[in-house]
Amino acid sequence: MPNSDRVKVRIPAKAKKGEIIEIKTQVSHDMETGQRKDASGKPIPRRIITKFTCAWNGEPVISADWHQGVSANPFSSFFAVASASGKIKLTWWDETGEIYEYTHDIVVE
Amino acid sequence: MVDVLNRRQMLAAGAMGAAIAVLPHPASAQTQDVDALARELMGKVTPKEGKVRLKIKEVPESGVNEPIGVSVDSPMLPNDYVAAIHVLAEGNPYPVIASWYLTPRSGRAEVNFRLRLAKSQVVRAYAVTSDGQVWVARQEVKVTIGGCGG
Repeated sequence: MPNSDRVKVRIPAKAKKGEIIEIKTQVSHDMETGQRKDASGKPIPRRIITKFTCAWNGEPVISADWHQGVSANPFSSFFAVASASGKIKLTWWDETGEIYEYTHDIVVE
Repeated sequence: MVDVLNRRQMLAAGAMGAAIAVLPHPASAQTQDVDALARELMGKVTPKEGKVRLKIKEVPESGVNEPIGVSVDSPMLPNDYVAAIHVLAEGNPYPVIASWYLTPRSGRAEVNFRLRLAKSQVVRAYAVTSDGQVWVARQEVKVTIGGCGG
């Protein structure tokens, strides 16, 4: 799957083995709570991202369950131990079934 | 004149009385509700104060998109790490905001994100360690512009 154009990341391209790196991400998404009404007074249906995961060469680094209290265009930053060169894969699950992915190549020396 | 004053005073007193009478007791009911949600997430545990640092502004500009950071004192070693961080906002329509699940590969027990706050309330951050201990930090936030739409 190609990298989603909804996703922005800030992740270093290189790291030393064992170094703790920061991963910053933002995904463009309304995170519609289901509490809002449109101009005509009709409730806007809920639609949020409910799950996020980060894996490094297939090994889980961190994951999250999100609820409607997470802001629109969810930003997250967290950390990871640089283990080996390869791929950092970020995945967001929309509750409609849509999936947004981003894979970042990293060199570990 | 005296009559008018008295009438005003009585009205004021009446209004105050009414206000007190209709004031529900959301604090206790809601806190209980939040405690039930916390138990669903972590089981029947008694959290200890400490270890968790909760960074959130006491008076945010609005409750729409408020940065929050949670960090926990932990070596993040395979036999001693923070396995979960749960953030709950006591006064939100659904108080559970996010649950983060960490691993020793996370390296540092810290997450930063942004949350919605419907009104002034207490935000809680829980940390569950790999040996099953639960730690908590609480922060009161005063919100003037709520962030849950509607």
